[in-house]
Amino acid sequence: MPGFGDIAPPSQGRLSAAEALRLGVDAPLLELGARADARRRELHPGGVVTYIVDRNVNPTNVCITDCDFCSFYARPEDEARAYVQSTDEVLARVGACVEAGGVQILMQGGHHPRLRLDWYEELLRAIKDAYPGVWLHALSPPEIHHIAKLEKRPVGHVLDRLIEAGLGSVPGGGAEILVDRVRRVISRKKLSSDEWLDVMRQAHLRGLSGSATMMFGHVETAEERVEHLEKLRALQDETGGFTAFACWTLQPTHEMADLPRRTHAFYLRWNAISRLMLDNIPSIQASFVTQGIGVAQISLSMGVNDMGGGMMEENVVSAAGTSELVDLAELERHVLAAGFLPRRRDTHYKVIDERPLEPSDAERAVMERRPADAERVPGPKAVAELLKSQHPLEAAAGA
Amino acid sequence: MTARWKDIEAKVEAGERLSAEDGLLLCDTAATPLLEVGRLANIVRERLWGDDTFFNQNQHINYTNVCNRLCAFCAFQRLPGGGDIESMSPEVVADRVRGCLGQEVTELHMVAGIEQALPYEYYLDILRAAKSVRPSVHIKGFTMVEIDQIHGLSGKSMEACLEDLKEAGLDSCPGGGAEIFAERVHRAIFPLKIGADRWLECARAVHLAGLRSNCTMLYGHVETAHERVDHLMRLRELQDETGGFQTFIPLRFHPDNTVMDWIEMPTAADDLREIAVARLMLDNIPHIKAYWIMLGQGTAQTAQSFGADDVDGTVVEEKIYHDAGATTPQAVTRDDLERMIREAGRVPVLRDTLYTRLEPAGVGA
Repeated sequence: MPGFGDIAPPSQGRLSAAEALRLGVDAPLLELGARADARRRELHPGGVVTYIVDRNVNPTNVCITDCDFCSFYARPEDEARAYVQSTDEVLARVGACVEAGGVQILMQGGHHPRLRLDWYEELLRAIKDAYPGVWLHALSPPEIHHIAKLEKRPVGHVLDRLIEAGLGSVPGGGAEILVDRVRRVISRKKLSSDEWLDVMRQAHLRGLSGSATMMFGHVETAEERVEHLEKLRALQDETGGFTAFACWTLQPTHEMADLPRRTHAFYLRWNAISRLMLDNIPSIQASFVTQGIGVAQISLSMGVNDMGGGMMEENVVSAAGTSELVDLAELERHVLAAGFLPRRRDTHYKVIDERPLEPSDAERAVMERRPADAERVPGPKAVAELLKSQHPLEAAAGA
Repeated sequence: MTARWKDIEAKVEAGERLSAEDGLLLCDTAATPLLEVGRLANIVRERLWGDDTFFNQNQHINYTNVCNRLCAFCAFQRLPGGGDIESMSPEVVADRVRGCLGQEVTELHMVAGIEQALPYEYYLDILRAAKSVRPSVHIKGFTMVEIDQIHGLSGKSMEACLEDLKEAGLDSCPGGGAEIFAERVHRAIFPLKIGADRWLECARAVHLAGLRSNCTMLYGHVETAHERVDHLMRLRELQDETGGFQTFIPLRFHPDNTVMDWIEMPTAADDLREIAVARLMLDNIPHIKAYWIMLGQGTAQTAQSFGADDVDGTVVEEKIYHDAGATTPQAVTRDDLERMIREAGRVPVLRDTLYTRLEPAGVGA
């Protein structure tokens, strides 16, 4: 087996692209996982895994970019599927989120050809007026770029006006792979790599934080994945504006439905590489909505320190037939069983949970894998009763 | 890391046997990080099998879902004379086998409930029926619970009974029905079924009759870590004596549709730890299987880095776990399994039931 001992841990120097590639392609999963775990423990020593209670709001699915991998969008002329939510509809969703203890709205949508800057300004203002406490993590770089094009105004101008209207931070969607060869194949009509990075740069320079993402496992090469991470790292060196990174594998759908779904090991591998490569981005999020709660749980031992949003609603990957939503209790149980303490955070990764940073007895029971109470298991008679109720004789008569 | 851990590490590296106390430390989630247990298990796994991950092409036949043992954890059982019964006559078994003749199946996995009304001859007849349709197929049939039942019906010695079954077509036995050997657990969740002593006695007899078998452990319910380790130790002891076990398969408890549905299902981290602990403790059992039907393909794949070297097979018509709420597909294609194994960084090896390599490693799609 080839050794990787010559590649120093990130605490002793920055991982080069060549090293990241070698580890990503050749290192055994556990070796990679252990390196990423060590790095994560340096950055987040407390044993807490955070998550945010938020809600996805997708005010419109109308989009003119025709990305090959997307099942969410509707063409403007597709009257059966196209929608634009009214302010009241959006407010109802935000209200339900706040009611459920949510602190953030993650708002992203299609590139509508006729919704202009003033429409977005009014929407953000309406939300802020009704729910001043809610944080607006809204409009990914492609949407901001699209609005700027419609307005024929610079991106900076659009950002300034959105900030005025209440924009709090910029989600990292639409990055896919920041290599133009790949973008020309899968998302020809969307902004280029440099344009994506420039929207983020300008947002960061205006004091907005943002997240970074990678959608991988489709037409890109391993080299291109590393190049993507390098570009994010370089921008972060410049601005320091990224709070977190999340990646997920392509959910094969739409024009890319024939591509194989990449597996858990592949996700864990590149997630770990991301932790190692992005030495200047504080948090790495699991993507349990796309990957499933089980692999998200395992990723906590391989570089991940945040479970992302305990989303109440998800429409985009659900449209691709993949939705692994779980309730918050189940999310917390998986975090505990992985040996970490789940606590809620705000958009800035500050823990805002009212519970102490020590596990409760109930939490400790899950962490320690305490057995279920044998006294509670009913005897054979109860089993027979349950079977009678589950499989009554009448049902057999028709079979 | 503590001195105790260093000690375990040294033993694993030297290929020495671990003690029950070592096993308990491996189970201790606070003391031993999952990745560390996995790393040690992976040393053993790669020492035994390198990068090979085994799979086969198999068909499941659950010949009856009628059962009178009333185990608390089971969602597959149906009451005798109750609703939703499926009991296959030998002709139906033959039809099922015929239905898969177009597929490359080398193994029939035949397990079922204990239907008191079935006579001794029935068990011989279904073996013969299956073999008559597909003479080349390997029948891995009857857990020790069924062997106990069949033996009781035979009115013969265990040796004579097993000779009958072999003659009718039985080639090896699956590993189910062991659950947890500790008598406390036996009394609590499966009091009407055979306990540890009889299970182990049947397995010994099967091995002495020249048949290989598998072994299992049902985890994630009322059992303690101590009881899990005890279970592994008893299997290891019998294996020292007979050498007849091929594969150990840890089975995750699925609570849906059972009287134990208030228990939370074990998580992926628990699954990987069971795989790893088993690989480290069962130093004399060749294979550890991550059964994808039960764990999902993702965890079964990741398990290939945590001590497992097998994922089971393509599987046609799995019922037992699906009645208990499993949401995995009921079968996968060979291409899917191979791709999943390759993305785990392993080399897929198509095997038969006795682990004969059917194609050179690395050949195939």
